[in-house]
Amino acid sequence: MSTPAQHERLAAEFGGRQVLDERDIARALTRIAHEIVERNKGADDLVVLGIPTRGVPLAHRFAACIADAEGVSVPAGSLDVTMYRDDLRLRPARALEHTDIPAGGVDGRVVVLVDDVLFSGRTIRAALTAVEDVGRPRAVRLAVLVDRGHRELPIRADHVGKNLPTSMRESVKVMLQEVDGRDAVVIAEEQP
Amino acid sequence: MKDHLLSAADLSRDDAILVLDTSAEMAQLTEGRSVKKLPTLRGRAVVNLFFEDSTRTRTSFELAAKRLSADVVNFSAKGSSVSKGESLKDTALTLEAMGADCVVVRHWASGAPHRLAYSGWIRSSVVNAGDGTHEHPTQAILDAYTLRKHLGSVDGRRITIVGDVLHSRVARSNVLLLATLGAEVTLVAPPTLLPVGVEHWPCQTSYDLDSVLVKADAVMMLRVQRERMNAAFFPSAREYSRRYGLDARRFALLPDDAVVLHPGPMNRGMEITAEVADSDRSVIVEQVTNGVYVRMAVLYLLLAGGRE
Repeated sequence: MSTPAQHERLAAEFGGRQVLDERDIARALTRIAHEIVERNKGADDLVVLGIPTRGVPLAHRFAACIADAEGVSVPAGSLDVTMYRDDLRLRPARALEHTDIPAGGVDGRVVVLVDDVLFSGRTIRAALTAVEDVGRPRAVRLAVLVDRGHRELPIRADHVGKNLPTSMRESVKVMLQEVDGRDAVVIAEEQP
Repeated sequence: MKDHLLSAADLSRDDAILVLDTSAEMAQLTEGRSVKKLPTLRGRAVVNLFFEDSTRTRTSFELAAKRLSADVVNFSAKGSSVSKGESLKDTALTLEAMGADCVVVRHWASGAPHRLAYSGWIRSSVVNAGDGTHEHPTQAILDAYTLRKHLGSVDGRRITIVGDVLHSRVARSNVLLLATLGAEVTLVAPPTLLPVGVEHWPCQTSYDLDSVLVKADAVMMLRVQRERMNAAFFPSAREYSRRYGLDARRFALLPDDAVVLHPGPMNRGMEITAEVADSDRSVIVEQVTNGVYVRMAVLYLLLAGGRE
């Protein structure tokens, strides 16, 4: 997850190179939704939890897509990981995002964590600890729209929309209709 | 937010809303969870420095800090070196030497937390947990949180605060915070129990409770502080109770959805009757629950990040 400041700066200049458009994103999400169900041998016991900000609308899109294909409703929610981050002391305290665990909880279910960009893996590390405090799922899987590499922890995604080789100087911005008014993935050169 | 929370006036409107929103998330993160603990303040030390008796505020801060995994040291004046005559400065230097990250202080002297924060004795964050007759900001935040939960928003709502405003740090902090949040606050008290200069506070005053109650969205009853009633502020407890107490008749004057608050501890039968205190529109017990969430939010916002 890149920081809000980076998001704002990118939105302001809006330079960069678009790597995925609306239709690419839609196709990737549909494919991942089907992969999730296939891997799980059905949609039973699935709980889809998005990591704010952009993981949350993605989680709801997956849930809707699975419901469409399988005819069962899949609980979707959000999981804020701010309180579990390892870099809290590096910046002033941040506002918390909303956490919303679906009524059935996660005990004994298969939790699919959803985020927009997988980068260092630290957000996912925090999310795994956060899930542990909510309950004990049967399994936890990870679905991301973009994997940009540069992992700092031994974490990998089960479902990836697009593998995007990047350099550390670049930043990847995912824009979603629900948050940014349109769907796109853009790579931009990081400003010094 | 600033490094310390000494006064409700330290909070801008944005800060106040940030603390209230964070409190709501804290409630979400702990209510109904199998593990009611967050790792956020692991390795931080919070000292509860209490020079005055308190049960709910101290335990509330203690629980809040522990839910965030901080280490908590409780220090009360009774049974400490303070009773041997140690000064505030020496106590502070001792705490600094032990490496406290945050000092939650309650003191009988108004301004003691300010002295602690800006004297250079300690580097840690200071949270005012009540100083003399001056301020009690976290109580005001938990009151605002409770009001917001029941009224939807505090902005534009009419809040009545009744009783011993003169000695009440709760009233002062509440007036400042509620005004910041856009509420219309009316203080009701006998003239002897209104402080000098109250006309400069961002609120109205009245001596007639009945006429104010009919328009109130919420009413907050203050404790009659018997320990501070050394001058003749009112003729008798009975007369005070008749004119400024919240009984069943006055309760019936309130609009149907108005709620009743009290910072506690209550003198049942004095400022509030048992019937009203135990009614379903009394949110007094809930205030205590919310106090933990609000203090978690304050400790999180003050301590979790690096200093700017």
